[in-house]
Amino acid sequence: MLINFNGYGPSILKGAVLTIELAFLSLLLSLVLGLLSASAKLSGQRVLNAIATAYTTVIRGVPDLVLMMLLYFGGQVLMNDFGDFLSDHFNIDFYVNFDAFTAGVISIGFIFGAYMAETFRGAFLAVNRGQIEAGLAYGMNRWQVFHRVMFPQMLRHALPGLGNNWQVLLKTTALVSIIGLADMVRLADVASKAVHSPFKFFIPVAFIYLALTAFSELFIRWLNQKYSAGVVRE
Amino acid sequence: MFDQIYTLLSHNDIFTPETLIHYWHGFVTTVQLVFLCLALGLAFSIPLALMRASRNMWISGPIWVYTYVFRGTPLLVQLYIIYYGSAQIPGIQHTFLWDFLRSPFYPALIAFTLNTVAYQTEIIRGAIVATPHGEIEAARAYGMSWAKYTWRIVLPSALRRGLQAYSNEVIFMLHASAIASAVTIIDLTGAAYDIYAKFYAPFDAFLFVAAIYLIVSFSIIYGFKRLERRLLAHLRPVGS
Repeated sequence: MLINFNGYGPSILKGAVLTIELAFLSLLLSLVLGLLSASAKLSGQRVLNAIATAYTTVIRGVPDLVLMMLLYFGGQVLMNDFGDFLSDHFNIDFYVNFDAFTAGVISIGFIFGAYMAETFRGAFLAVNRGQIEAGLAYGMNRWQVFHRVMFPQMLRHALPGLGNNWQVLLKTTALVSIIGLADMVRLADVASKAVHSPFKFFIPVAFIYLALTAFSELFIRWLNQKYSAGVVRE
Repeated sequence: MFDQIYTLLSHNDIFTPETLIHYWHGFVTTVQLVFLCLALGLAFSIPLALMRASRNMWISGPIWVYTYVFRGTPLLVQLYIIYYGSAQIPGIQHTFLWDFLRSPFYPALIAFTLNTVAYQTEIIRGAIVATPHGEIEAARAYGMSWAKYTWRIVLPSALRRGLQAYSNEVIFMLHASAIASAVTIIDLTGAAYDIYAKFYAPFDAFLFVAAIYLIVSFSIIYGFKRLERRLLAHLRPVGS
């Protein structure tokens, strides 16, 4: 018999699963946002560049928790106002429950999108310009150059930065417990208040995080090796 | 100008003088927490970084374990362990330590300091390890002892080299300090939450506080840029 954790063991494990889901969904969103805004920054179009720059600058200047609270508490108000507007003017019944999970995924994805944008931008710039010219000279169009030449090479330069961002993102998911989402930190908090022994629950949770980050580190190292195959170290 | 501010204040319901004072107190708490933990952090992390850079496994190993654990777990979990856990240590409520630990401020300060020491130690260690070997050889050739060349040669250049990473850590700590509100500290974020709860006005309360964080963050970044220009002047390309 493993340690029973006063019956709270299974629920904390469920919380761990939620943490991982949250982290992966936010990662996905942040990768999309990061690629989009890195492309916007490098597009050479002034309006797109300005929007992307404003996004990455503002996000990186504001704490994650404040953005999360803004989105969670504000999102519901916004949705309710929108619903009122629709029912008043178009007689449409509209109600969206802006729950903590959605708020968590959107805010974490949004925040890390800004960091990913910088990582991707640097990585795109690190790809040799001659490669792009060669691609164009072969008669590829811009999209073909992007996904055949730029993207695979960019990924190698981006990987260390992506890995770092992922590690920070994983730990940031703990903040969703503050806005009431039942991740493992929240569940450990509930359990430790009920049983009056914080160490018993928070230390195992800390070890789960440690295991996740340690495993991620190994995985990132493996990916790095895989994507650096054939690259001569100078 | 004051008249204008006064009319602006008297024409809205949320940003009254009382709420602004509430924000101000939150601001002071945030600045205190961040400044104290960074200052304490620097004081602890320089010796720890020297130990971590040591070639002796028995010296560097334990420091590595410490920084690995504190960098691999969320600060929020560390904060909860220290805040809730400190009250559970048997007998602590009868010692003088309890005067500090009963309020949330000191447990938060301890958690933040432990966390930032872990990161700062790694930053400074990286800078120490990057010291050009020739500099140490030259210092040795002059007959300097370990203590002397560490103090005169290694640390001054390592701390300069670590400056950029250090400024990131300062911003990170400023943003991370927002979680102090989770243990009932009324910092900037805690104040914003109070105002939100009182008026049910999420946008006013949180956008205002976001703007304050933004201004503080950029002031810090600007300050570090100035410092870098000054301290790293010898590394600047000629003519810029």
